[in-house]
Amino acid sequence: MEFAFTQEQDMIRETAAAFLAEVSDSAAIRRAMVTDTGYDPQLWSRICTEMYWQAIHVPEACGGMGLGYVELVATMEQMGRRLLCSPFFATVCLAVNALRVAGNEAQQAHWLGQICEGSVTATLAFNGGSRHEDAEAITATWQRDGDSYVLNGDYRYVIDGHSADLLIVAARAEGTSGAEGISLFLLPAHTVGVTRVWLPTMDQTRKQATVQMSGVTLAQDALMGEPGQGWASLAKIIDLATIALAAEQVGGCQQLLDMTVAYTSERVQFNRTIASYQAVKHKAADMMLQTEVARSAIYYAACVAQEALEGGPLAGELSEAASVAKSYCSDAYFSIAGDSLQLFGGVGFTWEYDVHLYFKRAKSSEQLLGNGALHRERLASALLD
Amino acid sequence: MKLSFSPEDEQFRQEVAGWLQQNLTGEFEKLRYRGGPGDEHMFPEERKVWERTLAEGGWTCVGWAKEYGGRGCSIEQQVIFFEEYARAGAPGRVGHIGEGLAGPTIIAFGTQEQKEKYLPGIVAGTQLWCQGYSEPSAGSDLANVKTKARFDEGRGKWVINGQKVWTSLAHESEYCFAIARTEPDSVAHKGLGFFLIEMDQPGIEVRPIEQITGTSEFNEVFFDDAVCGAGDIVGAPGDGWKVAMGLLGFERGVSTLGQQMQFQNELDEIVRLAKSNGAAQDPVIRQRIAGAHAELKIMRYNSMRILSGQSGSDGALQKEALIYKLFWSTWHRSLGELAMDVLGPECEILEDGPYELSRLQSMYLFVRSDTIYGGTNQIQRNIIAERGLGMPREPKGAAK
Repeated sequence: MEFAFTQEQDMIRETAAAFLAEVSDSAAIRRAMVTDTGYDPQLWSRICTEMYWQAIHVPEACGGMGLGYVELVATMEQMGRRLLCSPFFATVCLAVNALRVAGNEAQQAHWLGQICEGSVTATLAFNGGSRHEDAEAITATWQRDGDSYVLNGDYRYVIDGHSADLLIVAARAEGTSGAEGISLFLLPAHTVGVTRVWLPTMDQTRKQATVQMSGVTLAQDALMGEPGQGWASLAKIIDLATIALAAEQVGGCQQLLDMTVAYTSERVQFNRTIASYQAVKHKAADMMLQTEVARSAIYYAACVAQEALEGGPLAGELSEAASVAKSYCSDAYFSIAGDSLQLFGGVGFTWEYDVHLYFKRAKSSEQLLGNGALHRERLASALLD
Repeated sequence: MKLSFSPEDEQFRQEVAGWLQQNLTGEFEKLRYRGGPGDEHMFPEERKVWERTLAEGGWTCVGWAKEYGGRGCSIEQQVIFFEEYARAGAPGRVGHIGEGLAGPTIIAFGTQEQKEKYLPGIVAGTQLWCQGYSEPSAGSDLANVKTKARFDEGRGKWVINGQKVWTSLAHESEYCFAIARTEPDSVAHKGLGFFLIEMDQPGIEVRPIEQITGTSEFNEVFFDDAVCGAGDIVGAPGDGWKVAMGLLGFERGVSTLGQQMQFQNELDEIVRLAKSNGAAQDPVIRQRIAGAHAELKIMRYNSMRILSGQSGSDGALQKEALIYKLFWSTWHRSLGELAMDVLGPECEILEDGPYELSRLQSMYLFVRSDTIYGGTNQIQRNIIAERGLGMPREPKGAAK
C-alpha cells in the first residue's frame, strides 16, 4: 500500500507550482480576468507547448502524455492555488474526460489529437438552468430528421462556453425525463444555429456563458455513444470533472492558509503580531485541519478516478468518491475563504488585496457541479434509501 | 500511489480473520464489541483471559520485532490486523497500554535487564500496565508534575510520593509507568524521571473515579512511600520528559484504523436506527448522516497518508498526522450528538434502572472526553498552529 506521491508525481507537482507562481501572480490574474475570453492566449499557448498540460491524461496513442488522474489532480491543485485563468478545466477536465468516456475511436483520434496540439479548446454543456446539476437539469432536446439530428434548447452556466472551439452537449429526446432519452453530441462551436453569450459573473476568474441551440442540424458522426443512452456516460464524466474541481478547491484552501499565516505574522496590533493571539492561531489551526482533510479526500478520489478510466477494483466507487470529495472540499474552501477574509480584517474587504478573488472563487466552485448539500444528499440516498 | 494490498498481505488477512472466527466463540462470544473506550469497565476478568488467548495464538505485540517476542509484522500487516480485529468485533484490549506504550518505551530506552524483566509479561498478556502522567495540577500543562521520587540509599530503592489521576485500568494493572520529579526544586520538564512501578504494594492506593456515565474506568492513584527498584528507572534521573515524549514518536497511527472500524460500527448502528424509526426521512438528519459518513471515509484516507508518508528528517510529524487527533475527536463527539438526535425522545429512555445506558447513550456521554484527554482540542490547536504553521508560541505565566 503506497498512498503517497511517487518521485515523478512530486516532480510534476513541484514543476507546476514553480511555473504557476511565475506566470499566474496577482497582476497576471487581474489582467486575464477582465479580458473577453477570460484568459491570456499567450500563456495558454505556453502551457500547451512548454508544459503540455492539455495532454496530461490523454492516451499516448491519441498524442497525449498518457499520465494518470493523480498527475491531473496534482496539477489542478496547483492551478487552484494560483487561480490560473485558463480554459484548462473546461477543455481537459470536462471535454477530454467526455471524449475518453463517451467518444468513439474516430472522435477520440480527431478531437483529442487537436486538443493535444493546442489548437482547440472545448467544453461541456448540459444544464438548462437548474440549481441541481443532475439529469433533470438537461432540458435541451434532440430529434431525428432522416440521417441527421436536430438540437433545440438552452444551456446555462457553460464554463468557457463563449470561447471554446468545440462543444460537447447533452440533450434529451422530446417528452423524456430524468435519466431517460439523453444523448451526447459533439459539435464545432461555430455550427449554424448555435448562439453563445458571455455571462458576467461575480467570480471573474472563471468565465461562464449561455449557449442556445436553435434547429442545430448535426450529422450522424456528431453523436457520442448510443442515442438515448447517454446519462450513464455523462454521470461518469461529471464525477470525473467533480474530482478535478475538488482538487482545485484544495489548492485554493492551501493558498488562503499560507496567505493568512503570512499576513497575520506581519500585522502588529497592541505591540504583538496578531498571529500570536490564540483567537487567530486557533482559527488558522482549523483552516489547516480542513485543508489537510480535504487533501486526503482528493488524493483518494484521484486514485478512484484513475481506476474508473483505466479499470481496477476501485472503479465502482467513483460516484461516492466524487461526492465525498466535493462535499468536503466545497465546504472547506468556502469556510477557509470566509475565515481568511475575517483574519485579514479591513484589508481583506478591499479590491486591492487578493482575498476577495479566492472568496469569490470559493463560492463559484462550491456551486459548480453540485454544492456540499447536494453531494451529501447523493451519499444519503445511497446509504438510507 | 497504490492502494491495494499485496497477495501475501491478503493471505495474512485471511489468517487473522480465520483465527478470530475460530477463537472469538464460546465464553468469549459475549465480549464482542465490548470493552472499548467508554466500556472499559465491562468484563475485565474475561478480557484478561482473552488477552492470554490472543498471546497463545501469537496475536499480541504484532508490530514488535521478533527479538522482543513480537510477530515482526510490516506496517501493512499491522493495519490488516487492527482492521480485522475491529471488524470481528473483538473486545477492547486490556493489554493495549503495555503493548502500545510501556513496551515500545522500554524497547527504545530501557536496559537489557528491564527488557528481560518486563517485555515477556506484556507479550504473554499476563502483565497489564497503566500510565501515570496526569496529576491534579498537571493536565494540559503535563510537565507541571508534583509527584516526587527520592532515592533511598539505605534500601537501594526509589521512594515515590504524590498523586496521579485519570489513570485508566489502574485497578486491573500489575505495573504503572509514571513520571515523577527526581530533583526536588526543578520545574517544568527538567528534573523528571521515568519509573516502572509495581502496583501491588502497600504504598499504592487506587480509587475509581465515577464518570459522567455513572461507570468508572479512570482512577486516582495515590503514592504514599511507594517503592521501585534502583533498576526500574528508564533513562537517567532528569531524562524522564525525554523518555515520556519519545512515546509519541512510536504511535504512527496504525491502531487508528482499528479505532475507525469501531466508529464505523457505531455509524452503522445509527444508520440502521434512522431507517427503522423514520429519521432517515428527515432532510437535516440525512445531511448529518451523509456528512459523518463522508468524513469517516476521509479519516481512513488520512490515516493511509500518515502510514505511507515519510516523517521529516527531524522526526517532526507530517501535517496530516498533526491534525489527526483534533479531527477524529471532534468527529466522534458530533457522532454522539447525531445518535441522540436520530433517537429523538427515545434517547432519554435507559436500558434499565438505576442507570443502565445503551451502547449509543454511553457513547454519546463518553465522547465528551475525546476532545479533552490526550491533549484537549484547545491544546491541539496550539500545537497545530505552532508546529504546523510556525505561528508564535504561547507565552508562559510566571512560575509561582
